[in-house]
Amino acid sequence: MSAVLKPKSKAIVCDGNEAAAWAVTLARVDMVAVYPITPQSSLVEYLAKFVADGKLNAEIVDVEGEHSVLSVLHGGVLAGARAYTGTCGPGLAFMFEPYLRTPGMRMPLVMSIVTRDTLTPQSVWGGHQDAMSVREVGWIQMYCETVQEVHDTTILAYKVAEHRDVMLPVNVCHDGNYLSYGAARIELPSQEEVDAFLPPPSTNWHAALDPSRPMAVDPLTGGAGGPGPALFVRYRKGHCAGMQNALAVIEQAHEDWARIVGRRHAPLVESYRMDDAEAALVTLGSMTGAAKDAVDAARERGQRVGLVKVKTYRPFPVQAIVKALSGVRAVGVVDRSVSFGWNCGPLFQDVIGALHFAERRPAAMSFIGGLAGADITTDHFGAAIERVQALAQDGVVGETVWLNERD
Amino acid sequence: MYEIRIHGRGGQGAVLAGSILAAAIVNEGNYVVAVPSFGFERRGAPVASFLRMDDREIRQMTNIYRPDCVLCIDPTVGRAVNIFDGIKDNGTWIQTSAKTLGELAVPDKVATVGLCDAVSIALEIFKRPITNTLMLGAFARTTGLVSLDALRAAVEDSDFRDAGLRQNLLALERGYNETVVHKIEKREAA
Repeated sequence: MSAVLKPKSKAIVCDGNEAAAWAVTLARVDMVAVYPITPQSSLVEYLAKFVADGKLNAEIVDVEGEHSVLSVLHGGVLAGARAYTGTCGPGLAFMFEPYLRTPGMRMPLVMSIVTRDTLTPQSVWGGHQDAMSVREVGWIQMYCETVQEVHDTTILAYKVAEHRDVMLPVNVCHDGNYLSYGAARIELPSQEEVDAFLPPPSTNWHAALDPSRPMAVDPLTGGAGGPGPALFVRYRKGHCAGMQNALAVIEQAHEDWARIVGRRHAPLVESYRMDDAEAALVTLGSMTGAAKDAVDAARERGQRVGLVKVKTYRPFPVQAIVKALSGVRAVGVVDRSVSFGWNCGPLFQDVIGALHFAERRPAAMSFIGGLAGADITTDHFGAAIERVQALAQDGVVGETVWLNERD
Repeated sequence: MYEIRIHGRGGQGAVLAGSILAAAIVNEGNYVVAVPSFGFERRGAPVASFLRMDDREIRQMTNIYRPDCVLCIDPTVGRAVNIFDGIKDNGTWIQTSAKTLGELAVPDKVATVGLCDAVSIALEIFKRPITNTLMLGAFARTTGLVSLDALRAAVEDSDFRDAGLRQNLLALERGYNETVVHKIEKREAA
């Protein structure tokens, strides 16, 4: 239900999927390609409704599958359109081939991943496994904690993607179920504010077709001879440089958002009650709210514990992580997905990799919870805090802890 | 923070009831988070939805395990699931039922019971046993946590139109007026 309240009020109650659809509308997106899939379906249904109601002046392309969703948007972006789609799980898997091509072509489109656990066993519920499975493909990934953050980040993402130092696609990840259907009070910015924040796209003609300057797009490149090796390296290095440039651009975009709209979100990582902390949880996505409440409860018991939320996951904010965690004795990283190759969570791997650059390295352990729609409650986080507190004292790192093992 | 768990059956509008209640709460300047339970909901199968309200921002996006209030919009779903699971001491139970308080088994932890024969009223208004807006009226009457005016505004802002809107506004009103609230005195510890 869209419950727009008093006309002069900007506060509405909506779920994360509707919040993303409002963001796409306010960002004046030109083109949307859609294929509905749970738990993303209502997002693209809202967009179709907004177009039908005349709220969103965009071309909607209703295609026969996700491979075509992204391929169609490639055409739109090459023609200079601001483009959007959303998907998850099996849909993301089906679009993998054009998904790979998108960042290499430096296409600044935005795609929500309404995160869903992957097959198999068969599951339609939330989990980060789908987004995590594509973490090394060269897209920017930002994870949202609240319905408000889903809304704001989906607009912010265009500012990042279209920046000339970046020119890369962005995944805005919001948790299936908990954020897709979870509803909250949010404040919508005005169209004037969003227009001031996000001007019309200045088409980058290195990545767009120009009839007066015909060019081949994505020709065969590489091999062992001729200009191949050096040219291929040039593309890869340029892509990596764009990812690194994104760190500063993401910070600046959040700063601009705070200045124009008046709402501030931590751009890379958020430190919560970390000032004198000796133990810290690291979280990602909608689990963070319950984790903060558990940290407050532990603080009331006199435990010196804090929390670091990772907002920007790709590019990984190595320096920000090191800065946030270098003062603690122990870190517990809570993942909503699994690294099958290492019997721990993928965020855990990234965090301990970053901490290699810390002057004093805290002990670290991996927690995995919230798979396939399972809840991570304040009780789970309370238990995790106890474990990390013990780790801070004895430094003995145990096995990965599966938080829902006995639920 | 006040935590409400809504129990019903698929197709009765428990999730929609949560949305309308959420909008009404925000209408009165408070904060709210509403999380539906997830699954392949089928018509008739037990469903739940979860709602937190507070006068400050709410951070937990999780299900509710220790509700202050259980709002049950179906007369028989309590036979299929334990609707009182985890209810707090001095909890509130709002139930659609044609029975009187004496005919119901009230758990010790429940201190306030709001009873409304919503199925019978719904059959008069809708000719179908749709109890969700009726039971929102019952919630307002029993708890006083949201006003009937705010609920009315939220129903008017929802997707109901014409006859459906008039019926639901009437249902809200009758649910409010025809709910009997019982305060149960503290029982002696066994």
